[in-house]
Amino acid sequence: MSTSTASRLEHIIASGLIAAVGVWVAYTSYTQAPAEAFVFPRLVSTVFVVLALWTFGKACLGWSKVGAGLSGSMFLRMLPGLVIALIYIFWAAKGLGFYTATTIAFFILLSLYDPASHGTIRTWIKRLLITACFMVVMYGLFAKLLKVYTPREIFF
Amino acid sequence: MEFLAYMGDVFIPFNFLLLLIGTIGGLILGATPGLSPTMAVALLIPFTFQLEAAQGLILLGAAYTSTVAGGAVSAILLKIPGAPANIATTLDGHTMAKKGEGAKALQLSFLSSAVGGIFGVLLLIFLTPVLAKWALAFGPSHLFWLAILGVTVIGTLDSSSVVKGLLSGCIGLWLSTIGFDDIMGAQRFIFHPALGGGINIIAALIGLFAIPQVISMFAKGRVDSGAEVIEVKKHPIGSAFRALASHPRALGIGTAVGSVIGLIPGVGGQIAGLVAYDQSKKFSPERDKFGTGHSEGVIAAESANNAMVGPSLVPLLTLSIPGSPTAAVLLGGLLIHGIFPGSDLFDNHPDVAWTFINSMLIGQVLMCLFGLYVAGLAARVAQVPQSVMAAIVLALAVFGSYSVQSSMGDVYVMAALGTGMYFLERFGFSAAPLVLGLILGPIAEANFIQGSMIATATDGLAPYFLTGVLNLTLIVIVIASIFYSVWMELRARRYTNKEEMMT
Repeated sequence: MSTSTASRLEHIIASGLIAAVGVWVAYTSYTQAPAEAFVFPRLVSTVFVVLALWTFGKACLGWSKVGAGLSGSMFLRMLPGLVIALIYIFWAAKGLGFYTATTIAFFILLSLYDPASHGTIRTWIKRLLITACFMVVMYGLFAKLLKVYTPREIFF
Repeated sequence: MEFLAYMGDVFIPFNFLLLLIGTIGGLILGATPGLSPTMAVALLIPFTFQLEAAQGLILLGAAYTSTVAGGAVSAILLKIPGAPANIATTLDGHTMAKKGEGAKALQLSFLSSAVGGIFGVLLLIFLTPVLAKWALAFGPSHLFWLAILGVTVIGTLDSSSVVKGLLSGCIGLWLSTIGFDDIMGAQRFIFHPALGGGINIIAALIGLFAIPQVISMFAKGRVDSGAEVIEVKKHPIGSAFRALASHPRALGIGTAVGSVIGLIPGVGGQIAGLVAYDQSKKFSPERDKFGTGHSEGVIAAESANNAMVGPSLVPLLTLSIPGSPTAAVLLGGLLIHGIFPGSDLFDNHPDVAWTFINSMLIGQVLMCLFGLYVAGLAARVAQVPQSVMAAIVLALAVFGSYSVQSSMGDVYVMAALGTGMYFLERFGFSAAPLVLGLILGPIAEANFIQGSMIATATDGLAPYFLTGVLNLTLIVIVIASIFYSVWMELRARRYTNKEEMMT
């Protein structure tokens, strides 16, 4: 797989997904009632589906050249961070409370991607300190200054 | 000279404090590679909810102005442009720093940024009220075409593929229709309860600009910034003034190019900096020195990228059409306070409009004053590991999008749009047209429906939307921008093919 441009298969999958969304949007626009509420969506979805199918067609013919794509190594490097971020957003933030979840997610992400050594106590203490300082700033900003009431659940 | 009547409002202690915070914070954020001006402004929006409209805009405007200038710090001292607008600055700025002229390069960069920026804001001051009055003549059909123009121009000029740019715009327009229809109250495309109230623009902006950056940082893995800060030796500011004064051509070209490019929706600071650099080189008798650490290169690039800031807000403040992604974010900042740009802004909220514009003028001077003092600190911040930046931006995005309406639904929408956008970007789609579609969609739809009603009662749909000088002018510009971009894309492809064949 080239690192500079995405492969034909990658383009086909990406544009195929968009084309599927486009077809669904167009189908929904033209079949839902009341029709008056869907006049503008019909206009948009018509152009959407035409452009999406055009892009899909180009990808199938191997004419899609724009976009670096996603290499396997890149995907593997990004995957742990993405999974943790998604768990944090879609479950932990509500389930554990914003501040608890953010503290945990922040520390894990920091530890996962920190280029500093993972074998010394000093670097782990540094990470803990960064996390603690950051959380104090976030708490001060959002809870005290902006008075945003976030889900608390356990701890705080 | 109405703006002078509101100049005093900028110096109200709290307003001035916000201007200082926005300017200094923006300089530091701007120097941080990966934190674009648009993302910085989007992440700041939640902090403006509790402020008055003018105060919120002062903070956002100051951040916008100084992030563009702050990007020069890392471009000069680290050879990493803080934002795409500072790419041209790297060419001569970093070479100057390596030759021991880092302080001079920074001084020239901030001084020329201030000159260009002040000229750009003056253009905004004098052009905006005239155009806002002219915009009163616009009917629903014209506003519909203007909204379409906003999406197509950004979709075509700001994207590497015309079709993908337009498709991104269409996705944005479709996303704007999700929720309840305003007239019939019908549900449209609500396939998840979080979408019941439609897509919140602020949450979407945060997601679309911040989350792809976070994932990009993840994708780099465990990497250090890898950049070493070049030490800055002292350099008398007086000689920097003299150096600037001795290169009026580069300053003039940079300022003029930046101002003109700023007025064109979708072109942006990156192009402004590069075109100004190129033109200055062409007209300079010392063109051979460009790229070897020549002052003119820094002056042209930095005066251009800051000169485009003011004019880039003209279409937003007059016609409600954001000319750039950052302007779109600023529109979000206006809308949360129930203020619509255009003549309404200048007629009913002149204090907000002029205090905001005046603050940008004063902000240019502050940016220049503080830039040199903050530069050292900003360069250190730019060395912060990406792992820390990614975690900080992610947490800010979650808290920021939640604080819009205290709704988890907004956080889910932010995350879903942001993650989707990252993958789309990897395949040549870009966030700017999508954002423009999302923001301009309601304007386009409202005017399309209103225009359709008028058309039904008068001549019919086609004559109403497709005739008349203004309609036709706008349609021609829409079509021309598409054809021009297609032509440019084909030309670039032919050039690439030729190069490939030769190698």
